[in-house]
Amino acid sequence: MSEKPTPVLQGRGIVKHYGRVTAIDRSDFDLYPGEILAVIGDNGAGKSSLIKAVSGAVVPDEGDIKLNGKPVKFTSPIEARDAGIETVYQQLALSPALSIADNMFLGREIRKEGFLGKYLRMLDRAQMEKVAREKLNDLGLMTIQSISQAVETLSGGQRQGVAVARAAAFGSKVIILDEPTAALGVKESRKVLELIQDVRSRGMPIVLISHNMPHVFEIADRIHVHRLGKRLCVIDPKQASMNDAVALMTGAKKPEASMEAA
Amino acid sequence: MSQTSGKGTDYESSLKDSDTSIAAFELKHRGALGTAQHFLHGNPTMVPVIVLLISVVVFGVVSPNFFSAFNLSLIMQQVAIVGILAAAQSLVILTAGIDLSVAAVMMMISVIMGRLSVEVGMPVPISILIGLLCGAGTGALNGLLVTKVKLPPFITTLGTWNIFLALNYYFSNRETIRSQTLDAEAPLLKLFGERFNLGGAVLTWGVVLMVVIFGVLWFVLNRTAFGRHIYAIGDDKEAADLSGIRTDRTLVAVYVLAGVICAIAAWASIGRVGSISPQSFFEANLESITAVVIGGISLFGGRGSILGPLIGAIIVGVFNSGLRLAGVDVLWQLFATGWLIIVAVAIDQWIRRISA
Repeated sequence: MSEKPTPVLQGRGIVKHYGRVTAIDRSDFDLYPGEILAVIGDNGAGKSSLIKAVSGAVVPDEGDIKLNGKPVKFTSPIEARDAGIETVYQQLALSPALSIADNMFLGREIRKEGFLGKYLRMLDRAQMEKVAREKLNDLGLMTIQSISQAVETLSGGQRQGVAVARAAAFGSKVIILDEPTAALGVKESRKVLELIQDVRSRGMPIVLISHNMPHVFEIADRIHVHRLGKRLCVIDPKQASMNDAVALMTGAKKPEASMEAA
Repeated sequence: MSQTSGKGTDYESSLKDSDTSIAAFELKHRGALGTAQHFLHGNPTMVPVIVLLISVVVFGVVSPNFFSAFNLSLIMQQVAIVGILAAAQSLVILTAGIDLSVAAVMMMISVIMGRLSVEVGMPVPISILIGLLCGAGTGALNGLLVTKVKLPPFITTLGTWNIFLALNYYFSNRETIRSQTLDAEAPLLKLFGERFNLGGAVLTWGVVLMVVIFGVLWFVLNRTAFGRHIYAIGDDKEAADLSGIRTDRTLVAVYVLAGVICAIAAWASIGRVGSISPQSFFEANLESITAVVIGGISLFGGRGSILGPLIGAIIVGVFNSGLRLAGVDVLWQLFATGWLIIVAVAIDQWIRRISA
C-alpha cells in the first residue's frame, strides 16, 4: 500500500458515548476499494459500535464520515443502505415466518409493471423468486429446497447464506459483515468465506468483524486492530502472525511504528 | 485460495470430498395423527375450515331446519358486523398488537353518521365521508400512541376504548335515532341492511361488503409489500427495522386502516340494526377477538391467514344458530364459544409443536 487511493469509507475522530460509557473514543477508520478489511478486538473494545456508526445504526456524537470522499451523515440504517452500504448484522435481521424470496426483498420489493403494480401495488412474485434463486445459486447455496419455504425452516448456515446473499445482491459500495461465521459449522463457515471472496472478486470492498483468527488471516487484506474504543493500528496479515494480532488487541504488545503507518 | 493455505490450520482440506447431494432423510412412518399434524402445519387455515364443516354437519343432523336457505342466510347476516370488525382486528393482531377499541369506534361513528345526517341535516354522503375520516382519526390516535409514545397496544386501546365510549354517549345524548326517522331522512345509511335474492337465499349488502373487505385484505396482505411488511413487523419488529422497513409508518397505517374498516362496519351496523342506538354492539369487541383467535391468527403476531377470521366469525354464528335451533338455552351458546376458543388455540399450539 504505497500510494493510497481515496478510501471508499472513511471515519475520522468518531466519538460515541452511551451515558457515561465511552464506546468509541476518537477512532479512525479506512476502507480502501476492493479490499477485505477485518476488524478485530477484544470483547467490549467497541468494534460493533464503530461499525454501527459507519453504517447508520447509531449516530456518532462527534467525528466525520466520508463515503467516496464525500461527507455523509446517516441517521438510520435505511439512509446508509440507500447510499449503497449493506450490513449483515449478527442477529441477521430476517423474518422467520416469511419466505426466502420475501426476506431477500424485504423493504425493496419488486412490483409488477403497468396497472397492477402502479395502482394495485401488486408484487411481481415470479420475478422476485427468480432473482432470489439466481442469487442463491451464484453463492452455491443449493441445499435450499424451495425458494418459497419459510426462513424458520432453514439451518443456521443457510440463514446466514440468505443474509449474505441479500447484502451481496443489493450492496453497491460497501458490505459490512458482523461475525458472519460465529454460529456456523466448519462446512458452512467455509461456504461463507468463499462467498465473501466471491463478492470481493467482483470489486466490492468488505468489512469483516470476526473473532476467528484463522478466518481473518486467511481472507483479510488488512487488519484493523481495535482496542479501548479506538484504532490501535492496522496490520498486514502477510507480515504479522496471529500471535502478534492477539497480543496487540489484548494489550500484551505495543504496536511498532511501521504498523501505525499501514 | 491456494496461496493462503498453510496460514489457517489445515482442518478443512477434507471438505472438498464432502457429500454434495441434497439432504434427504428416510421418512419415518408417522401414523394418522402425525400425518394430520403435518398436513395442518402446512395448511394452517384448514383448522377452522374443518371445524366449520364438522359443526355444519352436526347441526344439520340435529336440527332439520338448519340447512334451510333462510337460516343459512340469517347466519351470514348476523355474522357480517362482527366479521368486518374481525377483519380490522386481524390487521392489528398480525402486527403483534391488539385493538380493544374496535366496537367503541364503530358505535361512536354510527352515532356521528346518524346525528350529522338527521340532526345537523348534512347530506348523507357527506356525513358518511366525515364518519370514515373520524374512523381514520381514531386509528391515527391509536397508532401514534403505540409508535411515538411507545405505549403497549393493549394499554393504548384500553384507554381509547373508554374515551370513544364516553364520546359515543356524548354525541348521542344517550338517545336512539329511530328506524322511521332514518327511513324518512337518511335511507342511504341503511343501505347495507337491504336484502336481495340469490338463488333462494336472502342476503344483505352487508354480507357482500364483509366478503369484499376480506378479499381486498387478502390481496393486500399477500400480494403487496405493505402486507408483507405487516407480517414481518409482527414476526420480529427489530429485524424488520434493520431490514429497512419503516416500521412506525407501517404501524400507524395499520391502525388507520383498522379505524376506517371500523367506520365501514359502523355504516353496515346501521343497516343491520335498523336504528342507531348508543348501546348496540357491546359484546362485539371480544367477539371480534374470538373470531380472530378461532380463525388461527396468532396473538403473538406474524402468523395466520386473513381468511381464518372470516371462517372464525362464521363458526361462532353457526354455533349460536345451531344451538338455538336445537332449543338450547342462550347460556350454552356462551359456554360453547368459550370451549371453542380454548380448543382452537390448543390445536394451534399442538400443530406448532410439530416434530418429524
